[in-house]
Parts: sequence; structure tokens; C-alpha cells
Amino acid sequence: MNLHSTYNNDINLIAVSETRIDSGVAIRFKDLMRSLTETGPDHVILDLSAVTFIDSSGLGALVGALKQMPTGKRLELAGLTRDVAKVFRLTRMDTVFTIHADTTHCLSRAAG
Amino acid sequence: MGAAKAAETGSGSASGDSSGSDRGSGDPPTRATKGKLTLRFSGATDNIRAALRQARRHLASLPVPEDRLATIELVLAEALNNVAEHAYAGTRPGPVTLNARHDGDRLCIVLRDMGRPLPGLVPPIGTPPDVNRPVDDLPEGGFGWFLIRDLTDHVDYVRHGSENRLTLEFSTP
Repeated sequence: MNLHSTYNNDINLIAVSETRIDSGVAIRFKDLMRSLTETGPDHVILDLSAVTFIDSSGLGALVGALKQMPTGKRLELAGLTRDVAKVFRLTRMDTVFTIHADTTHCLSRAAG
Repeated sequence: MGAAKAAETGSGSASGDSSGSDRGSGDPPTRATKGKLTLRFSGATDNIRAALRQARRHLASLPVPEDRLATIELVLAEALNNVAEHAYAGTRPGPVTLNARHDGDRLCIVLRDMGRPLPGLVPPIGTPPDVNRPVDDLPEGGFGWFLIRDLTDHVDYVRHGSENRLTLEFSTP
């Protein structure tokens, strides 16, 4: 499980550089998210554009990552691929998270 | 040990006389295996990815639309997660057999394991996650059965002796 965090215009942009968030990596993903969001900007955007598969364990880990965010910080998502977006819709998790179409859009808006 | 990858150690043998045609190489199934697949692997979480990869490679050789493949893979993932996390929970992972058969516009997948039976011997109804609650109370799991039910056309479960047999059917227009 590889996550890459970069700070950009007061945004902690975390890119998932794996194609799958599933039961095999769910716990590791949640642990990595905790350490990457402990410090740095309060506004965290998770870039999911490389992820083509997520199961309910992976979705649960994303919810876990949201719940463990330090007070005052917020976690948003960006770049959901077709199949990942479908799982979000089915489980109505698209109503829980703020979801951006892509990261370029939110980074430039933050800068402007 | 028990966590060896299914693609490498599980017999990727397809049914019929073309054993091994689905093994790792990316070769399409031969005519003899067209429409049918059998995978055997140990029911540990670490084996699920490889099993799904093999199943998807096989299904991609059938006249099944791409978006249906994603749906089927997700349902299989949820069902196999349940086997690893519940049927074989706390025990040494036992065997899992996956059989897929495609007839015209219908795909039928049967999963067999030798783990604990489903509680009450019936597959859970599966309710969608309750998202209308404060963030701290949001569920972090427990909606695998909802996805299985929602994304299949028919689900059937039988406890046959000490074997669990879960049948998942999909229409593949």
C-alpha cells in the first residue's frame, strides 16, 4: 500500500498509488492515513484517480480514515473512477464525503 | 504458507481437458474451457486478489460487458471476504472452490468452502449502511451482503454436510 502526501496551497494532497483498496490493505490504508494526516495542512484531499477497485472493506477503511481525522481537519476525496464512484453511489457514501471531480480543479481553486 | 497466492499455488486448472490454461500467462481459455472455469485456493484474505484476477481474466473472455465484469468482481470479492473473515475466522483457512458457468445470457458462479455455516443457515438480507448519522457513528463495515444482494439477480445458499455452497447468478445481456 503506497500513499504519497504533498503539501500544496495549504492542502495536504494524498495520492493513492495503487489500483485497489480492498480487504488485503484496508487496515494498512487506515493506519497510513492516520500518520499522514496527523501533521500538515488542515485541508486533506485524497486523490483516488489511480484506484479502479474498492470493496466494502476498502470503503470501511475510508470511513475509518474520515472518523479518525484530528479535530479541525477535514478529509475530502477527488478523482473517483467509474467503478469506484458506483460503489459510493450504491452505499450512499457519496452523501457522506465531499467529492471533487479531480485534484487540479480543487488545487487551483484553493490557490485562486 | 497458507497465504500463498492463488494464481501460483491454487490449481488454476480449468475444467475439462485444458488444465492450466488460466494460469498466470494471460492466455485466453481454450475452446474446451469456454464459458467454464474452476479455481481452487485456500480461503485466506491474502489469496483473494489473485483469485479475483484469475476469475476476471476468464470472464473477460466471455461475451460479458465491461461494466458487468466490475460488478461481478465486486460481488465475488465480498463473498470471498466473508469466507475468509467469517467462515474460516479463527481457524486455519480451508479450501475454497469457485465454479463459473456462462450459458447464453446468464452467468452462474458457485463458491464452496468448508468453514462455519452462515448463521441461521440463511444468507443475510443485507441492509444498506445508515449514512444519516454523525460522522463518529458511521458504520465502517457490515454492508458486504447488501452489495451482494443488490448486484446479483439471484442468490442461493445451501449447507451441504460440512460444506457451504453459495450460488450467485448474474444476467449478462
